[in-house]
Amino acid sequence: MDWLTEILIAAVVLGAVVVYLSSMAGRLDRLHHRIETTHAALDAQLLRRGAAVQDLASSGFLDPASSLLLSAASQETLVVDPDDDARRFLVESELTRTIGAVLDTREDVEEIQAEAGPDVGVADQLLSELAVACRRVELARRFHNDVVRSALQLRRKRVVRWFRLAGYTSMPTTADFDDTPPAGLAGR
Amino acid sequence: MKVGIVCPYDWSAPGGVQVHVRDLAVALQRLGHEVSVLAPCDDDIDLPPYVVSAGGAVTLSYNGSKAKVAFGPVTTRRVRKWIRKGEFDVLHVHEPLSPSVSILSCWAARGPVVATWHSSMQRSRALAAMYPLAQTALEKVSARIAVSEAARQTLVEHMGGDAVLIPNGVDCSAFGGVDPLPGWPGEGHSLLFLGRIDEPRKGLQVLLEALPAIAERHPEVRLLVAGPGEVDEFRHALPAEVAARVEFLGLVSEEVKARAFVSADVYVAPNTGGESFGIVLLEAMASGTPVLASDIEAFRRVVDGGRAGATFVNEDPADLARVAVALLDDAEERARLGREGLLRAEEFDWETVAKRVVEVYDAVTVTGEKVSEDFRGQLVGRLSRFDRDERGE
Repeated sequence: MDWLTEILIAAVVLGAVVVYLSSMAGRLDRLHHRIETTHAALDAQLLRRGAAVQDLASSGFLDPASSLLLSAASQETLVVDPDDDARRFLVESELTRTIGAVLDTREDVEEIQAEAGPDVGVADQLLSELAVACRRVELARRFHNDVVRSALQLRRKRVVRWFRLAGYTSMPTTADFDDTPPAGLAGR
Repeated sequence: MKVGIVCPYDWSAPGGVQVHVRDLAVALQRLGHEVSVLAPCDDDIDLPPYVVSAGGAVTLSYNGSKAKVAFGPVTTRRVRKWIRKGEFDVLHVHEPLSPSVSILSCWAARGPVVATWHSSMQRSRALAAMYPLAQTALEKVSARIAVSEAARQTLVEHMGGDAVLIPNGVDCSAFGGVDPLPGWPGEGHSLLFLGRIDEPRKGLQVLLEALPAIAERHPEVRLLVAGPGEVDEFRHALPAEVAARVEFLGLVSEEVKARAFVSADVYVAPNTGGESFGIVLLEAMASGTPVLASDIEAFRRVVDGGRAGATFVNEDPADLARVAVALLDDAEERARLGREGLLRAEEFDWETVAKRVVEVYDAVTVTGEKVSEDFRGQLVGRLSRFDRDERGE
């Protein structure tokens, strides 16, 4: 084998490695970008749910104790530091549990409708908005965690660690909190 | 919203995925969305206006069954062109791992991509071998939907991650509000069975075995059987006192099926297994007919653990007879189950189901990014772009 062939082979191998590494970096970059968008989406849906709970709590269709509980729990989620994920997910879990306790069965919901009397249309709308908002939180959290898991899987690979393909992006974390929609609103 | 839906199997061939895609496309359009469906099919057949052909399909065996799929450079070009021209807000890919236009469009697109899993797969060497390949396609998917618990389990076990469970829909408006068949339900009580008569998994034999015991309490009871099979042969094999109570309709049209549902006091679904969902059960419930089903996993889920329909111990004729007699005795309970069943069926109406799917679309499109063609990291993609630029397209 003369030196020209050797150089050629080396160049081809090097080229293949570069293409592989760049495609890996591309995949990672795409995932990191998606994590940012899914995190923003989760933020938006949590805010929406908080607002829907506030609306229901201040509607006057609920008994005072339920109103107060809901209102207090949703206030907590509004004042919490949005960058402190651990604390934040804790209060969101609390809100989920409060909603679940207030709207536990279909009878709970029927009672609210009865209390609304002639305004039952308004009550129905508030309840439906809350049901949709709860489901969207559930979706947004799941989609976020799916991407995070994909990214973590890729970042565990040796080639990614050795060549620092992830750059300076911090390790993504999953959003872990209770987001079970209330049983009383199932089917809305 | 502008939605692009990808169906991996030949549009003109019968199949669950095709029916699902068609019904979903229609329901989405009724909700006011703009829909384009990309599916393999021969170019010369008549297509609904919303379907775009991805080219002719070839029959191959995959995941244990035969499927008509399309692939290759011509198909790839058509997929890319459809994505480029479509300017979709969201791309909805069905069976994303099927080696057809589905996986091709996962690679060719970026932006909000939703994927729906239909079938369950067994762990196989083929699947293990394609895992890294599948992973690159799955990374493009922003939201995953599974139509059944079995499909979701497959995904969780083989691919990791989770999926949102959104079941198949049923078109409630097609049921109820029709006249019963002439001579039914009649004076005495009547039961209905629907399904292939000679397929043991449909469970007609369980119901026929229970019939004498039901007749002891309700001497007038009759059974209406709608479904394909060798009727004459089957009838001759029955004991005379059972055969006298049974009327066979053979294979029925959708219209007769809807009328059959309202021709009976109770619809009985004695399926012994192999059902992943139970669409017929929902159709009966949508007709307002109380249902009595075997307690297999899929059915228990549909009747919500017994709230929206009665159940009996699977493959146990004695238990079937016991519950059936109790139901026929109690008109009030039948009316209640009919009402609850109707409410439950509405939860699975295509309109409700399509709204659920739209919620998923909304969740992945919050940033307003559109679906576009993906070239990054793909040599083939770069070449095809180069190719197109050269041609001045």
